[in-house]
Amino acid sequence: MSRVSVKRKVLKENDRIAGELRSGFRSRSVLTLNLISSPGSGKTSLLEQSLRRFPRGLRTAVLTGDIETDNDAKRLAPFGFAVKQITTGGACHLDAQMVERGLSTLGTQDIDVLFIENVGNLVCPASFDLGEACKIVVLSVTEGEDKPLKYPATFVKADLVVLNKIDLLPYVPFDISRARENAKRVHPGIDILEVSCTTGQGIDEWLRWVEKRLETVRKAEPR
Amino acid sequence: MHEMGIASSILDTVAAEAQKRPGTRLVSVGLRIGELSGVSPEALDFCFQCLVKGTDLESIGLEIERSPRRHRCPKCAREFDVIDYDPTCPDCGEFSTALVSGDEMEIVYLEVADG
Repeated sequence: MSRVSVKRKVLKENDRIAGELRSGFRSRSVLTLNLISSPGSGKTSLLEQSLRRFPRGLRTAVLTGDIETDNDAKRLAPFGFAVKQITTGGACHLDAQMVERGLSTLGTQDIDVLFIENVGNLVCPASFDLGEACKIVVLSVTEGEDKPLKYPATFVKADLVVLNKIDLLPYVPFDISRARENAKRVHPGIDILEVSCTTGQGIDEWLRWVEKRLETVRKAEPR
Repeated sequence: MHEMGIASSILDTVAAEAQKRPGTRLVSVGLRIGELSGVSPEALDFCFQCLVKGTDLESIGLEIERSPRRHRCPKCAREFDVIDYDPTCPDCGEFSTALVSGDEMEIVYLEVADG
């Protein structure tokens, strides 16, 4: 019996497509953000706030993933930006191929910021590169502050935690400083923003964070 | 539950490698699955066995090495395994250390036997 060395990434096909998507985004200076959270943390609400309050000149588009229904695309359509639903039909995450197909149906290439709203799940989406510039975790104060410790893979790979529903802090036992500590413990370099998608608190800071990232993308590869 | 898709990717690679080696038999596949990969080795093995059942590749086993989460200290360059989520450098106490490995999912080797 002999041992043959292989050294190959398990998800090489996904990573190949994600690599192609990433270089396409870079060459067109598109900032692509992959939003990940457990179901009900407020990814779609954050997108509603973003589409409502981001400057009209910022060309924004959304690919929104769910196992079933096009409810999220319907919620986001009234804002007048390009929005497409990706229905995975059972899969618990988006993969690069679904994003590639979704992009081709979006109907426009003139995009400054592309949001990819992943399937609500804090585990599986972490394993699949979608060609994004960065992953963002939405965590809400109605969840446990130990989520970063329970789902480290997602938090390690994310650049930002959007801590949502802070208007509910007076009513829930959520310890916000411990949540911050846990996120930093898993990923010392992670940024944290506190927002309420109901009251709009913190949304301006969120917009500034996105604009700063967009500047970085534009500087890296001028259009 | 995404382990099924991952098992299927592994099987694609394994089947292609088996085709390249006529007259031999694949015995096992060596994998390195990081602690932070988000993949459960037990679930992955279960899914892989479900996929190969009843095929020519039925006898192949998965040998899964679980690789630890390793960080590197930007101040003193020490690399260390992160235990109990604590990213603090054991040498100099720096907190902001960076991930260097532990999120990988790799096929490392194949064990091949004659016919």
